[in-house]
Amino acid sequence: MEDLLNIFVKSIFIDNMIFAYFLGMCSYLAVSKTVKTSVGLGIAVIFVLVITVPVDYLIENYLLKKGALIWISEDFANVDLSFLTFIMFIAVIASMVQLVEMVIEKFIPVLYTSLGIFLPLIAVNCAILGGSLFMVEREYQNIGEATIFGLGSGVGWLLAIVGIAAIREKIRYSNVPAPLRGLGITFIIAGLMGIAFMSFMGIKI
Amino acid sequence: MKSFRRFIDKIKPHFSKGGKFEMLHSTFEAFESFLFVSNQVTTKGAHIRDALDMKRAMSVVVAATVPALLFGMWNTGYQHNLSVGLEVTLWENFVFGFLKVFPIIVVSYVVGLGIEFAVAQIRGHEVNEGFLVSGILIPLIIPVDVPLWMVALATAFAVIIGKEVFGGTGMNILNPALTARAFLFFAYPSWMSGDTVWIEGLTKGQGVIDGFSGATPLANAAAGMFEKIPSVWEMFLGTIPGSIGETSVIAILIGAVILVATGMGSWKIMFSMIAGGLVMGLLFNAFAVNPYMEISAWHHLIMGGFAFGAVFMATDPVTAAQTERGKWIYGFLTGFLAILIRVINPAYPEGVMLAILLMNVFAPLIDHYVIEANIKKRVKRIKS
Repeated sequence: MEDLLNIFVKSIFIDNMIFAYFLGMCSYLAVSKTVKTSVGLGIAVIFVLVITVPVDYLIENYLLKKGALIWISEDFANVDLSFLTFIMFIAVIASMVQLVEMVIEKFIPVLYTSLGIFLPLIAVNCAILGGSLFMVEREYQNIGEATIFGLGSGVGWLLAIVGIAAIREKIRYSNVPAPLRGLGITFIIAGLMGIAFMSFMGIKI
Repeated sequence: MKSFRRFIDKIKPHFSKGGKFEMLHSTFEAFESFLFVSNQVTTKGAHIRDALDMKRAMSVVVAATVPALLFGMWNTGYQHNLSVGLEVTLWENFVFGFLKVFPIIVVSYVVGLGIEFAVAQIRGHEVNEGFLVSGILIPLIIPVDVPLWMVALATAFAVIIGKEVFGGTGMNILNPALTARAFLFFAYPSWMSGDTVWIEGLTKGQGVIDGFSGATPLANAAAGMFEKIPSVWEMFLGTIPGSIGETSVIAILIGAVILVATGMGSWKIMFSMIAGGLVMGLLFNAFAVNPYMEISAWHHLIMGGFAFGAVFMATDPVTAAQTERGKWIYGFLTGFLAILIRVINPAYPEGVMLAILLMNVFAPLIDHYVIEANIKKRVKRIKS
């Protein structure tokens, strides 16, 4: 239980996808114009991460890893399919995103139109694939830890995008120098937020 | 005074439209309105008349920092003479500190105001007064031994990246003074932490007497040397090593009284930040797994920069939460995080600066949800 809580807190603040690894920056910068849409996108990212990370955990541990196929027969003990990791993970992610897209289109059409192209683009959001690959790299012990890690990473991403969206709403009427308007000032805000998030770097739990 | 007014009126045409120095219009305007209340009035629309414009407001905050500044100057000299083992008078300590601190203030103001004036000329707006406060706060929150060129660099970074790119005073998202400090902290960590930077001359190794340590109370606490932490009275009075203006809780409290009495600083933020710090400290006391967590909660409030941060930094009206309920949440979380980072993050002995910066980032979000909640409440009231 304590381990799960540690993984959760760590993946939100200390190993934040945006500020510690700069993953998922494209939709982070593009969809953060208003708080409402960014909350929608953030929840979609959480949903995709919570499903793909445990599914990829199962695939990795029961299909791809060296000796993972041992549950079928002893003969497969030396089979190593890990060269398929990327393509399998991406296939899982892409199909999950399709599912999310259909659900949102059916139940929240307003959000669907305001997210536009960025909803299918979650499929190529680096934070999602990054979540699965970190899961492999950090060798989580069981599927529960993997799920919590996915949830925490998603919440961290949501926190980051909602924070920047509120700032961008606040500075909407600021007299920003013309060359910096739009994306330029957003990059600067993201950098300043990164300085603030340095407060969690180095905490060991 | 009258002849001065006449002089200004005489040279005014040169600076207005069509005059010789038209491009320096905003510079002229800044000096004129610093000395005299502007005679321009709005002609259309509803507006509030008040003599309290931004220049007056900023002057009050600068006045509130004076006790901390004067004490900091004296303490700089006192700590230096303590380290070399000299017994000198109060006045000599003060003069020594003055000669060390004054150049930092001058550099901070010259660089910051220089950039402000240049930007005002280029962008064709009036000079903003916001830097009057940041310019005095920057020297107060850095160690006395920081080289002047670093002060200049950090000030330039804070003013340009932290403020001007957002459109100047009132538009920034991070507190400019803390941005300058964070810049120094991450760019030149060896000048911003350790045992020697807090006292003039220690980095150069000037004849230090045996057994003298320039470590701050927080550094001692983080290193587990609790017997070296100064007494409560010393920490309250401020005769301890630390950043120039942050050591004396008494001097800061005088500033707090000025700020609250004039309504410049929000007492809600100060109060809730202290409450947040106390709650976190008590939580650590309750689950004390190492000796650091056993430091009693209220000791945390007088150590390091907590008092200074609560009074002068967190209350910055631009970067703090704007809504009244938001201020409570903002202040509480700032105090909470400051003690949290201080105790459990081994990378930083002090957490106030980063906690305030982090909450500056999330203040617009707090405001957003406070406003949303209020809208929902009122809609409900109308419907029922």
